[in-house]
Amino acid sequence: MIKIDNLHVNVSDKEIIKGLNLEINAGEVHAIMGPNGAGKSTLASTIAGRENYEVTSGSITFDGKDLLELEAHERVGEGIFLGFQYPVEIPGVSNLNFMRTALNGVRRYRGEDDMSAAEFMKLIRVKAADLKMDMDMLKRFVNVGFSGGEKKRNEMVQMAVLDPKFAVLDETDSGLDIDALRTVSDGINAQRRDDTAILLITHYQRLLDYVKPDFVHVLANGKIVKSGGPELALELEEKGYADVA
Amino acid sequence: MAGTVEAKKQIEEATKEYKYGFSSDIDMEMAPKGLNEDVIRYISAKKNEPEWMLEWRLKAYHQWLKMEEPDWAKLNFPKIDYNDIYYYAAPKSQDKPKSLDEVDPELLRIYAKLGIPLEEQKVLAGVEGARKVAVDAVFDSVSVATTFREELKKAGVIFMSISEAIVEYPEMVRKYLASVVPVRDNYFAALNCAVFSDGTFVYIPKGVRCPMELSTYFRINAENTGQFERTLIVADEGSYVSYLEGCTAPMRDENQLHAAVVELIALDDAEIKYSTVQNWYPGDKDGVGGIYNFVTKRGNCKGKNSKISWTQVETGSAITWKYPSCILTGENSVGEFYSVAVTNNYQQADTGTKMIHLGAGSRSTIISKGISAGRSQNTYRGLVKILPSAEGVRNYTQCDSLLVSDTSGAHTVPYIEVKNPSAQIEHEATTSKISEDQLFYCRSRGLDEEEAVAMIVNGFCKEVMQHLPMEFAVEAQKLLGISLEGSVG
Ligand SMILES: Nc1ncnc2c1ncn2[C@@H]1O[C@H](COP(=O)(O)OP(=O)(O)O)[C@@H](O)[C@H]1O
Ligand SMILES: [Mg+2]
Repeated sequence: MIKIDNLHVNVSDKEIIKGLNLEINAGEVHAIMGPNGAGKSTLASTIAGRENYEVTSGSITFDGKDLLELEAHERVGEGIFLGFQYPVEIPGVSNLNFMRTALNGVRRYRGEDDMSAAEFMKLIRVKAADLKMDMDMLKRFVNVGFSGGEKKRNEMVQMAVLDPKFAVLDETDSGLDIDALRTVSDGINAQRRDDTAILLITHYQRLLDYVKPDFVHVLANGKIVKSGGPELALELEEKGYADVA
Repeated sequence: MAGTVEAKKQIEEATKEYKYGFSSDIDMEMAPKGLNEDVIRYISAKKNEPEWMLEWRLKAYHQWLKMEEPDWAKLNFPKIDYNDIYYYAAPKSQDKPKSLDEVDPELLRIYAKLGIPLEEQKVLAGVEGARKVAVDAVFDSVSVATTFREELKKAGVIFMSISEAIVEYPEMVRKYLASVVPVRDNYFAALNCAVFSDGTFVYIPKGVRCPMELSTYFRINAENTGQFERTLIVADEGSYVSYLEGCTAPMRDENQLHAAVVELIALDDAEIKYSTVQNWYPGDKDGVGGIYNFVTKRGNCKGKNSKISWTQVETGSAITWKYPSCILTGENSVGEFYSVAVTNNYQQADTGTKMIHLGAGSRSTIISKGISAGRSQNTYRGLVKILPSAEGVRNYTQCDSLLVSDTSGAHTVPYIEVKNPSAQIEHEATTSKISEDQLFYCRSRGLDEEEAVAMIVNGFCKEVMQHLPMEFAVEAQKLLGISLEGSVG
């Protein structure tokens, strides 16, 4: 589904991703682990198309298309979703309005009609309930005054609404208590299908207890330095990055 | 009718006397360029005005001659030649587009984006002969217009053009005209007094809650009122009215200079809510053309517990000079000012409010949101003045500026004068650049760059937009996005 080949990325003229290779097929869940500052979020933002993240060489192909040719919003239309490590607050914009605009933007990109307000409300009610999010939170401004856990659940509701083919979830598990972790994991597992792929970025084994990855990679200093099965995550937890990588 | 005969005589006289002559063609009534007593006599006569009104105009004209254009605002524009302006009738009316095919496609694109029906587009674009049809379109049908008028009449509400009111309700007009904005208040107000073309008069009787929002849309009126518009609204004791001015579509007008005056009077326990969407032509991307908009708007909360609330969304005009204000005369009266001013390209806006507290226990709230993009300059200028008589008053001011580009400017100039130590005054101000994180977050949810900017800006303006009447709010939101097109990158 997605193929990243020898990717090099500069941020503010500093090379952060230094020759990264990764291939993920439909139906697979991959986990990337790695020390702080390794470049995990930079990779996620580059996949999503953040401006000023300069790809100096290498390629990313998504469903056979050159992803780097597309603008950020077009990538969403193609089916890519980024769950943010630090979801951003947008004062004055209601969560409902935000999600509906997002969904209709994607539908328009795909040549579909806008979803009516009534239809959207039906959809969002279901998706929000799955993630134990109440109406009140949907009416509030995007992420404003949300707790860390609420922000992450909000990301998952957005993912559920947009129903992406490929989701990159950047530390969606950090800052969650055990109940919230379970709820969020359920949300991720619901998105796990034969026709979708998921890339989890995490520091902790505990998420992987709930969402079992097919492959685990260690990212250090801008490169994938080791790959393996789920057992690699356990090994990392035990020995730390320094010894494994 | 004596008035009509007198007026006719005046027209004849004015026409005869005026040395440059007037076109006598009914379809093309217009005075030549420039301003002098004869032009004022002509305007007054055309409007069948009584003698006192003509004298009032002439006095204003002589007052104006003695005054000077203010230069304290943070605005830069070439010197205006007041003798190179038409003060009556539509200039260049022969240049009007004959159909929508002849209208600037850019304008039509924006109309389409706002979802304005075709017939209305014609009116807005100034297509020749469109008015009659479009009035029907706006009203849906003539009968709606009639129902509307009858309903107001039943409630005792007077809602008519100010020209009609001068003839039909002279005592009321005389009593209140220039009672809030004196003739000599400022250069542009004096000019307006001398030459105002038309405008609106509203009177809400005691205890009446106006049964509908009054909109300039509904006032079937002469063309060309935009230039020197005059509005007078009187809310009698215990009454309420909400008035909407302008519309969200860009308005075509060949007159570059606009100088309107709006006066509001709220008596005991009365409330006036005045909402504006100003979208006159802002000039092109390079700053060529555009309206110079010098507006004086002021309300007097004359009675106890009275309330005047200004809400404005200013996106148009090349130059905006405008300070809708409240004189809080009455005890426990309330003044509010909610403003969004967007400038893009080379637009310049210097706008804000004055809250003058005289009455004990009066309160005022000021929320101003300035958004600057392109190479524009956007200034909030405000005055909160507490006079010695104003015991125990409160003011809350919040001024937020958002920069969308690196090349634009945002300025905040708040003046506070306190002559009564019991006053409680709070002032907050922020200036920020549109956040890259917010933009990326929106874009990673499928919004293109312009949609992302529009969404963030609308959020930024939320506290103001929520004060707009419902029917305006949705269009105004779209308008913010359109005004900022091409502002990023
Ligand atoms: N906008 C930026 N400008 C300069 N350096 C940045 C910027 N964003 C991230 N970095 C740097 O890039 C490196 C990788 O950061 P990041 O991708 O966030 O790491 P991780 O998510 O693995 O913790 C860090 O050294 C960080 O300081
Ligand atoms: Mg990170």
